[in-house]
Amino acid sequence: MTAVQEPKTVTFDDNDQKPVGFGRMLRKEDPRLLRGRGRFVDDIQLNGMLHLAILRSPFAHARIVSIDTSAAEAYPGVRAVVTGAALAELGLAWMPTLSNDVQAVLATDKVRFQGQEVAFVVADDRYAARDALELIDVEYDVLDPVIDVRKALAPEAPLIRDDLEGKADNHCFDWETGDADETEAVFARADVIVKEDIVYPRVHPAPMETCGAVADFDAVEGKLKLWSTTQAPHAHRTLYAIVAGLPEHKIQVIAPDIGGGFGNKVPIYPGYVCAIVGSIVTGKPVKWMEDRSENLISTGFARDYIMRGEIAATRDGKILAIRTNVLADHGAFNGTAAPVKYPAGFFGVFTGSYDIEAAYCKMTAVYTNKAPGGVAYACSFRITEAVYLVERIVDCLAAELDMDPAELRLKNFIQPDQFPYETKTGWVYDSGNYEPTMRLAMDMAGYADLRKEQEEKRARGELMGIGISFFTEAVGAGPRKNMDILGLGMADGCELRVHPTGKAVVRLSVKTQGQGHETTFAQIIAEEIGIPPADIEVVHGDTDQTPFGLGTYGSRSTPVSGAAAALVARKVRDKAQLIASAMLEVTVADLEWTKGSFHVKGDPGKAVTIQEIAMRAHGAGDLPDGVEGGLEAQICYNPSNLTYPHGAYICVVDVDPGTAQVKVRRFIAVDDCGTRINPMIIEGQVHGGLTDGVGMALMEMISFDEDGNCLGASLMDYLIPTALEVPDWETGYTVTPSPHHPIGAKGVGESATVGSPPAIVNAVVDALKPYGVRHADMPLTPSRVWDAMNGRATPPI
Amino acid sequence: MQVPAPFEYERATSVDQAIGLLERLGSSARLVAGGHSLLPMMKLRLANFEYLIDINPLHAELGYIRSGSDEVRIGALTRHRELLESDELAAAFPIFRDAERVIADPVVRNRGTLGGSLCQADPSEDLSAVCTTLDASCVIRGPGGAERVVTMKEFHVGPYETAVGDGEMLTEIRLPLRSGGGSAYEKVERRAGDWAVVSAGAAVWLAADGTIADARVGLAAVGPNTTGIPEISAALRGHEPAEELYQEAGAIAARSCDPATDTRGSADYKRHLADELTRRTLRKAVQRARS
Ligand SMILES: Cc1cc2nc3c(=O)[nH]c(=O)nc-3n(C[C@H](O)[C@H](O)[C@H](O)COP(=O)(O)OP(=O)(O)OC[C@H]3O[C@@H](n4cnc5c(N)ncnc54)[C@H](O)[C@@H]3O)c2cc1C
Repeated sequence: MTAVQEPKTVTFDDNDQKPVGFGRMLRKEDPRLLRGRGRFVDDIQLNGMLHLAILRSPFAHARIVSIDTSAAEAYPGVRAVVTGAALAELGLAWMPTLSNDVQAVLATDKVRFQGQEVAFVVADDRYAARDALELIDVEYDVLDPVIDVRKALAPEAPLIRDDLEGKADNHCFDWETGDADETEAVFARADVIVKEDIVYPRVHPAPMETCGAVADFDAVEGKLKLWSTTQAPHAHRTLYAIVAGLPEHKIQVIAPDIGGGFGNKVPIYPGYVCAIVGSIVTGKPVKWMEDRSENLISTGFARDYIMRGEIAATRDGKILAIRTNVLADHGAFNGTAAPVKYPAGFFGVFTGSYDIEAAYCKMTAVYTNKAPGGVAYACSFRITEAVYLVERIVDCLAAELDMDPAELRLKNFIQPDQFPYETKTGWVYDSGNYEPTMRLAMDMAGYADLRKEQEEKRARGELMGIGISFFTEAVGAGPRKNMDILGLGMADGCELRVHPTGKAVVRLSVKTQGQGHETTFAQIIAEEIGIPPADIEVVHGDTDQTPFGLGTYGSRSTPVSGAAAALVARKVRDKAQLIASAMLEVTVADLEWTKGSFHVKGDPGKAVTIQEIAMRAHGAGDLPDGVEGGLEAQICYNPSNLTYPHGAYICVVDVDPGTAQVKVRRFIAVDDCGTRINPMIIEGQVHGGLTDGVGMALMEMISFDEDGNCLGASLMDYLIPTALEVPDWETGYTVTPSPHHPIGAKGVGESATVGSPPAIVNAVVDALKPYGVRHADMPLTPSRVWDAMNGRATPPI
Repeated sequence: MQVPAPFEYERATSVDQAIGLLERLGSSARLVAGGHSLLPMMKLRLANFEYLIDINPLHAELGYIRSGSDEVRIGALTRHRELLESDELAAAFPIFRDAERVIADPVVRNRGTLGGSLCQADPSEDLSAVCTTLDASCVIRGPGGAERVVTMKEFHVGPYETAVGDGEMLTEIRLPLRSGGGSAYEKVERRAGDWAVVSAGAAVWLAADGTIADARVGLAAVGPNTTGIPEISAALRGHEPAEELYQEAGAIAARSCDPATDTRGSADYKRHLADELTRRTLRKAVQRARS
């Protein structure tokens, strides 16, 4: 384990240091992607392939009276029209969700959100399929919808889930964590209590590539090949086996290049199942590729938490306790992707990075007539909501105490000698050293000077804000003793095979959607066995080619599969050592490893390289007793704990007092994700996440009108940020390795998405201080900022 | 991929041939210029036309900016990008470059046209506000080469509705040149490339003595059409430019417009912007007129 390193700021001087191991190097996958040679689901073309289009409900809540498909069936080029009733005959009208609920594949009884799947058409081409949708005649009996989540549990609220036996209301689940009484006792003796209602609105991951699949069922072999946009090919395969009743060994799920996931591609969507059914029914390969509007209105959304935050502190700024009450909108079906025992994901880390005496959360989740999900958008299983809550409420406390928000945070950090630190909600933070990270961010920002500049500007009537957020994430799910998804443990397999000439292939269960696995994992192997990354092929995304594992989301690839890769390489190295001892005719104990070769202790000239060992492993001549030929290993890694990356973010905004437009002028991000494998890839992940943060803080929201019409059904309505809305990111880092991870890495894929929204909102609220604003909800569009300036900040829902 | 309903497509070979086709095919046909308004609507199946007549082959004929002594004439097929890059136009009417900088993005600007923008008659269309501000007139050509010229006010009949009839086509926009002029445009958007929450254009013409000989303000996204506000012109005419005057103009703008609350913003906020942006653009237009 390396010691904690000096904090560093980032330079981009040499992005390709050609490391044999960790270091900056250009991504191996980029030449393919940049030259248009990527192969995405929509690039898959098979002989005789047909196209599928889905008819979706125009209503948020309606009973299906009748469906007439005859005109669609007669349309030229149409091969099949399938309704929920037809699926019901096959027992496929409903499927399990990732949260032990059920979801309709095609609606049979009622539609429960606008955009819900009602029927599908398979036709010779995409156009005919889409044209025929217009010819399906559905008669609906429109029902009152439940749109305002606050009214979902009202006695007069229409019942959404009458499909569930005995269900009489729209209650989904209750969940609590922490100690209510203890927290109440601490609140009772606190000098200062601050309360704030904080909404994290519904947002959408909106990956550039929408969801889709090509299903090819071979009736003779009884084998299903499914190319699909999935972040978790193995988990999907097992679920298809359970849902469709196909034997698991006859299902091959292939996730080719994926154009962004952000959690959107974790669930199984009805469209995938429809494509499979379409192929079985027609006997041909069938492609389904949803369009942009379908992706935005029907696939997994994120957030939608209405949070009452309360914080208790002493007058001099010691935080004592945090309490929250959450109303969670889960949409029409509970499709949240989270480990089974964690219905609210990892929201329990809402105590943040602070050493406090007590904490309590009570959550009520409800059904509404909106798309299901709650999966995603780089949220680390709801840590986004937790971090936003705590970092916003801490700022409210700073305002109440009239204390500098940086100072308040520094005063309350968990101290380095307290790790491993068990929080009041039962999470064991593996490691952390918060103050250097915070200080580096403040130095990079020139914090004191910024405050001075702000004061001068305020005197002139200009609005400038400085916002801070400090986050601790819990990523790398997870230990199989308490984490599983639908009964599948969250451990990851990995296989490494070194070929005779010393080149290698590593097979992963996780699947990149842009995170750069083909580079990072080659570097992990390279670091351990000294084979250059260029000589290591990374195979992933194909269940027939890779070992079982739960996939890429929740920043888990490096914490879980990264550990598996390091350990499998060490296994190979151990075997290489046995072979080397035979080659050099010394005992194993007499050998020393320097990256890429074994040499005899005290005699560096007597050495064999890993390449020479590989040839020997496969070549002629005897191997030591008990050593088999070949140079390969496999492993299944079960993490002993989550890893806990942290970071300090500082945002500087200017607000136009006349138009209320917010300009993010600077953003300083200091991340500590433990050991840094490829710093360039880390920075890329951070840049992307920060951009996401600007989107959520300032413009993104999936909203609905009172009839349940989705108002974010295109990228003209649902805004995502462009390069013009973001500043030059200023990134820095500290390194606090994870003590239980073989290489000390912690995962960074979601840190910036988690950490940036509170920094930006805190900055805007800080800018509006002269107007007496203490809180304003996202998205901080000019109109909503102007409302706040005029003393009528309102929640967005 | 969003796919439109079936339609037939024909490339125009001349203005009169295009008009002939429109005349024959009636309301089931539409011209396609840049396609950046029409095609998205067709892909979303909000609009379904049986025939598209592509007038892009006529760009050589209808894509131009010509300055005369008393007016500037711009061909209907002149693209956003050409309007943005024309120094000649920026010198005469800086409002054009101001506006083009904030319309859509380079991809849209490479294809979208002035004629398409005006004919789309979207209440948020920036170039409609610009043309209203500059008191433009529109040349509409009909069967047999017959031409009529209408004012912007006449041109925009209602939201998404213009004076161009079946079998007619907009061919040219004419902008009167007057001395002592200055103009400016301001837009508030939620994000670069988004449609306006509100935008405002202002043009002023100063007399030799420095007073305002004439002034016009055009607003977008605050009512059924981009409208000129005669009351503002009346309030400004004959006065020395001054901050109080802009304030008065802003107040008139705020009360004369008719915005609706939507996801871009509340009606109150939009009214406030009409005021704020009117003041800002008048201030800048006067500054430019003076220099
Ligand atoms: C992503 C995006 C962002 C945008 N942002 C903005 C913005 O910020 N501000 C803004 O103002 N606009 C914006 N637009 C619209 C853009 O400016 C369009 O190009 C413009 O509205 C239409 O011009 P067009 O040439 O593309 O017209 P088309 O789409 O080709 O045509 C539009 C309509 O006009 C008719 N038409 C076209 N030319 C003629 C003619 N000569 N005579 C008669 N009828 C004709 C067509 O039949 C059609 O009905 C945006 C568009 C997109 C796609």
